[in-house]
Amino acid sequence: MTLLDRHIEFLEALRGAGLPVSLSEGLDAVTALGLIGWNDRTQVKEAYAATLVKRASQRATFDGLFELYFPRMVGSGMTELFAPGSAEAAGVAKDGPEALSEFTSRLSEALEADDVEMLRQLAAEAVARFGAMPGRGPGLSSWSSYTALRRLSTDELTARLIEGLQQGGWTDEEAARVGARRVDRFSGLVEADARRRIAEEKGPEQIAKIAVRPTIEKLDFLHARRSDLEALRREIYPLARRLATRLTQEHHARRRGAVDLRRTLRSSMSTGGVPVDLRFRPKRPHRTELVILCDVSGSVSNFATFTLMLVFALREQFGKVRAFTFVDEIHEVTSYFKPGADLVDTMTELTKATEHSARMGRTNYGRAFSLFQERHADALGPKSSLLILGDARSNYSDLAVDSLRAMADASRHAHWLNPEVRTQWDTGDSEATRYGSIIEMRECRNLTQLSEFVHDLA
Amino acid sequence: MGDVGYLADDSTALTTYLAGALEKPVLVEGPAGVGKTELAKAITRATGAELVRLQCYEGLDEARALYEWNYKKQLLRIQAANDGQAWEETHDDIFSEEFLLTRPLLTAIRRSEPTVLLIDEVDKTDVEVEGLLLEVLSDFQVTIPELGTMTSTRRPLVVLTSNATRELSEALKRRCLYLHLDYPDADREREIVLSQVPGLDDKVARQLVSVVGRLRELELKKSPSIAESVDWARTLIALEITDLSDKAVADTLGVVLKHSSDVDRAVRELRLKR
Repeated sequence: MTLLDRHIEFLEALRGAGLPVSLSEGLDAVTALGLIGWNDRTQVKEAYAATLVKRASQRATFDGLFELYFPRMVGSGMTELFAPGSAEAAGVAKDGPEALSEFTSRLSEALEADDVEMLRQLAAEAVARFGAMPGRGPGLSSWSSYTALRRLSTDELTARLIEGLQQGGWTDEEAARVGARRVDRFSGLVEADARRRIAEEKGPEQIAKIAVRPTIEKLDFLHARRSDLEALRREIYPLARRLATRLTQEHHARRRGAVDLRRTLRSSMSTGGVPVDLRFRPKRPHRTELVILCDVSGSVSNFATFTLMLVFALREQFGKVRAFTFVDEIHEVTSYFKPGADLVDTMTELTKATEHSARMGRTNYGRAFSLFQERHADALGPKSSLLILGDARSNYSDLAVDSLRAMADASRHAHWLNPEVRTQWDTGDSEATRYGSIIEMRECRNLTQLSEFVHDLA
Repeated sequence: MGDVGYLADDSTALTTYLAGALEKPVLVEGPAGVGKTELAKAITRATGAELVRLQCYEGLDEARALYEWNYKKQLLRIQAANDGQAWEETHDDIFSEEFLLTRPLLTAIRRSEPTVLLIDEVDKTDVEVEGLLLEVLSDFQVTIPELGTMTSTRRPLVVLTSNATRELSEALKRRCLYLHLDYPDADREREIVLSQVPGLDDKVARQLVSVVGRLRELELKKSPSIAESVDWARTLIALEITDLSDKAVADTLGVVLKHSSDVDRAVRELRLKR
């Protein structure tokens, strides 16, 4: 395979992962590479990044793909040649218990010294020794980072490292923090190395499709891991700020209303009665009052809390916001959002408050809607928009369609956001179509869709 | 670039080199206060060029970015012309270079000496201005109906900065090299602080950088940037603090954190006593 083929394939993979790489950007990359040459891998990577990646959030995807298409080394690389390993020389199996203890001690040293280059080599060695899964049929992956990391037992490693750091004069808390971070990074290296080896055997296209995670904006709320949730939470404020800027700009662009005849005539006095300058009536800003009902059961709750945080971060754009959470009880949570409050605290309090909305613990949309009509019907008025967040899975209970219709009629607009993929609607106990016939239901699975929706709402 | 007081990392250095070699504009994005504008100034100093700066804001238009006719002077010229002069002549006369007011973009294109054009905070402008930039940035030429097309004799090095408050158009991004500046690692930050604030004790600098690093790990509304670390270092010098104890950190935290909820959070997470 020529270098050009590899380049084209790499671009194809980037496009496949959702990066808009144009033809001219590809040409730029080639020109840039012509200038800097192929001697230094980091430089090649940076040159590609500068010419192809135009959004910071896509950098992680790019990094992952680059590792697959331009791997650091082939096979086990130089380590096998230069470090035959004392264990094998002594006739011990390369992944036996003695080799393991010898390897762990070397690894601990490297971790303590925080030697990145050494760690990278050790990660490769770890996969080669402990991550191999021989004897599986062709086409199945024969390397596993999971096996390697389990053999090495990361918890033990962390404990050892923390102890070592404490002896080195670090405070307990600092040692624990740094230790955990270093071991995490090493696990990352091992995973990357296993991916590289699999890609080598099966070709990078295969692995690129599954191993590279989507960018944070395209990530499904329902499939978010815990670390993803944190990343998502970090995105809320920047996103809210971006949205607010966009809204203000668009608002300014539409500021001019109808021609104000009286003021136009008045100003025409200065030009001898010729109306040179037209004067316009200022447009009255109307602000939406928002009433939000969130299903906070199980996995949907992530989606609901994110939407709530985003809406409250954009509070200035709305007239008034009231929020309710429900599982089978309804509970008002507006008071948890204080202006300028800390995001993490609010989130924790919200999670705690969930128990107020659950009585039996099984989602019951019908009951929630009827209770809302009973207790909070005054929240809805001709100025308010109703927003319901949830997957419309009501455990086959009474749907209280009439209550929902009454709520929709009482408010000016009504929207329903469903975090599930549209193809899963109406499967099992999902009542998407029946509720959707009363209130228009929209699919909202990731940050991009969510921010578009919130933007249209304000 | 180290000589002119800007400590760049590898990707910054490489991208800047490519910008010069490929003659393409660089779009620099990143959080506030990581040295985006400073990068342009450093390039200027390092290449011995002159900086032409266009500060973008909402409502910026062609007249203030590109060029404008000095109509007051034109009016004077018409009034001063004696009646005998034909209109045709006057017309040609008042649309000449003499009455042209060049604004940053045109100035940068017409200069024959080395120039760095800094277009600061592109994301603040309206979408129309981006369209205007497209012609300027891809061909480095400006068309003035009365004078014809002006092409640059020497391409300026263009640096665009953005805080990413708004997504720039694909067309603009496509024409630029992209550089994301982020918070530097601890060693580089220490070097930066020491170079910006001479007289700071090495030990204090180390403590300061590690505290700032921890603050960035917390979920804050506004993470402290390099500018804030430097401010903090200056504060410590002014207060003659030679050891960054927990108490000293708690007392001066207001310099680095700009939201009261952030300060509360930091005090709690770092276990400081107030």
